[in-house]
Amino acid sequence: MNGELIANLLRHGTGIHARWIGCEPVTRQRIYFANHTSHLDAAVLWSALPANVRALTRPVAARDYWTRGRLRPFLASRVFNAVLIERKKPTQNDNPLEAMLAALGRSCSLIVFPEGTRNPGPDPAPFKSGLYHLAQRRRDVELVPVLLENLNRILPKGEFLPVPLLGSATFGHPIYLQKSETKAAFLDRARAAVTALRSP
Amino acid sequence: MNLSLDHEMLWLMGGVLGLLALATAVGRWIAARVASKSARATVANLNARIRAWWIMVIVFAMAVLTGGIGSVVLFAFTSFLALREFITLTPTRVGDHRALFWVFFVITPLQYWLVATRWYGLFAIFIPVYAFLFIPLRTALAGDCERFLERTAKIQWGLMVCVYCLSHAPAVLSLDIPGYRGQNAKLLFYLVAVVQLSDVLQYVWGKTLGRHKIAPRVSPNKTWEGFLGGILSATAIGAGLWWVTPFTPLQSAALSLVITLMGFAGGLVMSAIKRDRGVKDYGAILEGHGGVMDRIDSICFAAPVFFHLTRYFFTFP
Repeated sequence: MNGELIANLLRHGTGIHARWIGCEPVTRQRIYFANHTSHLDAAVLWSALPANVRALTRPVAARDYWTRGRLRPFLASRVFNAVLIERKKPTQNDNPLEAMLAALGRSCSLIVFPEGTRNPGPDPAPFKSGLYHLAQRRRDVELVPVLLENLNRILPKGEFLPVPLLGSATFGHPIYLQKSETKAAFLDRARAAVTALRSP
Repeated sequence: MNLSLDHEMLWLMGGVLGLLALATAVGRWIAARVASKSARATVANLNARIRAWWIMVIVFAMAVLTGGIGSVVLFAFTSFLALREFITLTPTRVGDHRALFWVFFVITPLQYWLVATRWYGLFAIFIPVYAFLFIPLRTALAGDCERFLERTAKIQWGLMVCVYCLSHAPAVLSLDIPGYRGQNAKLLFYLVAVVQLSDVLQYVWGKTLGRHKIAPRVSPNKTWEGFLGGILSATAIGAGLWWVTPFTPLQSAALSLVITLMGFAGGLVMSAIKRDRGVKDYGAILEGHGGVMDRIDSICFAAPVFFHLTRYFFTFP
């Protein structure tokens, strides 16, 4: 109820247009990985999914950002059902990979931003290795590249007031970790799968 | 801005609704008879357009019936959506962010507030003078000089077309025409009906008889046959609507001709921008039509000219 309302607000506020060019919006287990340019990314990508898919999809987000203040913890836990991970100093007991694997479970999907932080440049920064480890441990899960466009113009890094432009999310063909593919090669291929979704 | 619903307004609205009902029936009739794949796509698009027309007509009629304020709010919201589509297509930079915030949330509402309060003196110069000077200043303060003139010019152009020009349509409600007091809603209805009918008729004539392209590189669908047929038939209908306006039949024909020609110009210019940016439509909000900007490009060009001609020739006795 609350979730649907907030998803609607996010969709209309950012005019998000979801283009499913490489796969269909279905509830099978997936890891959506996207470029990261704005604080809006996780919430807007989540809102762009159809309600039944959204209910089973959890954004992975930085604990240091989403536990500050009053609104963010509420949104993260009650609305987005986010998986909050420690990105500054992971320890044996506080390991992001284990947290993400536990959240995936048998039915859930995840939204991850493998760059690790927002990147203002036109191209995504090199991907961190988390996506590789996830792919290695869960070969049954589809890895879906997503290109988010214009969200950095709606709310750029360092700004706090949004401007109502129209954002878009393009979903590409799923990729899988191939046999004997090295970590560096896989991460490069994953990043290329995101940038390849740019309209010509 | 108290606007009464008189007999003439009822006839106007009844006429438009009847026309839509006829279009819906014809659309169904054609859909049941076409065979080829490309023709079926054209007819599906036609019927999607007709469905969207029902919604647009009902929203517009309800806005007009609420009196002035409903129309002002409707056009303000339309400006907001059109500007949103326009700026999305324009490659702005982070340095424009604060200026854009002003454009969307301060300048646009203020312009329509000036329409609602009938403050003509400031309405006419607010964007061309004050916003024009303010926007480059705000962008300069942000400190990013790359393509500065180009970025500023594009924001100002979008503001002029999507907000300033369009705001002249509801401003028609505030014209003080001797012998026509309290009836201006019909004049707004007349303006919008003639512009949109002209668009539709150009489309119909072009689809049925169109051969010779006017500007194939800008807008491949615009043909001389569509242009002449659409302009002349819409002008004839506009002339035939003289009884809802303060004009004589001849004056009404002349103004309708100006409205339709300006509408054509608007469609062509906004198409050139789309081609430059490599897109077919400004958005996808209206099924079959594309974006809001695709539907109102003709009004944006017709409204200011219609407003000023009417103001110059008919408001001063």
